Amino acid sequence: MITATNLALLAFLAVLAWAIARIRNLFVVTMLAGIYSLLTATVFVLLDAVDVAFTEAAVGAGITTVLFLSALLLTDREAKPRKNRLASLGPMVLVVLLGAALVYTTLDPRMPHYGDAKAPAHGRLAPEFLADTVKQVGADKPTATHIPNVVTTTLASYRGFDTLGEVVVIFTAGVGVLILLGGNATRRRRRNPAPREESSGAGSSGKGAGA
Amino acid sequence: MMFAAAMAGVLAAMALTLVRALLGPTVFDRVLALNTFGTVTVLAIAVLGFLMGRPQFLDIALLYALINFVGTIAILKYLQYGDLGASGDSGKSPDAGEGGR
Repeated sequence: MITATNLALLAFLAVLAWAIARIRNLFVVTMLAGIYSLLTATVFVLLDAVDVAFTEAAVGAGITTVLFLSALLLTDREAKPRKNRLASLGPMVLVVLLGAALVYTTLDPRMPHYGDAKAPAHGRLAPEFLADTVKQVGADKPTATHIPNVVTTTLASYRGFDTLGEVVVIFTAGVGVLILLGGNATRRRRRNPAPREESSGAGSSGKGAGA
Repeated sequence: MMFAAAMAGVLAAMALTLVRALLGPTVFDRVLALNTFGTVTVLAIAVLGFLMGRPQFLDIALLYALINFVGTIAILKYLQYGDLGASGDSGKSPDAGEGGR
């Protein structure tokens, strides 16, 4: 049943990708991209990559759809019609070749198969981390972390500084986006000073700052 | 067995929703298809959790339900006001009619 579900989801993905490439209405493409994201997240859950599925759903289906819509506000709703069809042949060949190469790497007998316990990635560090985590979680130890999840322990303890760096990067990006969006809103309010109940206070303060 | 049958039903619902999203003549058909697809995805993940013997996956299904709701609100706000930051009572006339396709 799992295999059948996988095949059905991948078939849906292929149909959606084809439609996204063909349809010229950008609003429709945004909708379909959201559906594509949800489907991809389901495939990730099937592959047992729950954290990746979380991210895919939040970023792909949530934020990206909103960002695409904001971009649509600044542009046209229709993409320009394709000039000549032969121009897209080159990228098509390239993508097909790349896909074939990726499929080949999964078939090559020298590469580890999906879920192979003897894969090199599972041979060296993972057993030690698994053993150490179990040791630390023991409730009788004074250094017990009480975290029964190996992923959480690895992220927050073993590579805590790395995670801190990631959080700093994400925080900086978020602040940058907020500054960009907020600056735009202030400019629009100044250009269009129609009195509104909600934003009149913010608009006057913005004017005071400009004066 | 029961979960397999439920999964088959969910997949069939996914296929039907996909058809509506691809063919849907108006924008609202597609918005509804996106929202419905999110709901069906929540169901699919819940069923998958039981099918794979790991019902802890229900948490993800809850998160998806939340994201789906926010995304639909954003899209409808864009359609109604043409601005994602508009407050609900800004009194601007809906402009979804002319660009409704």
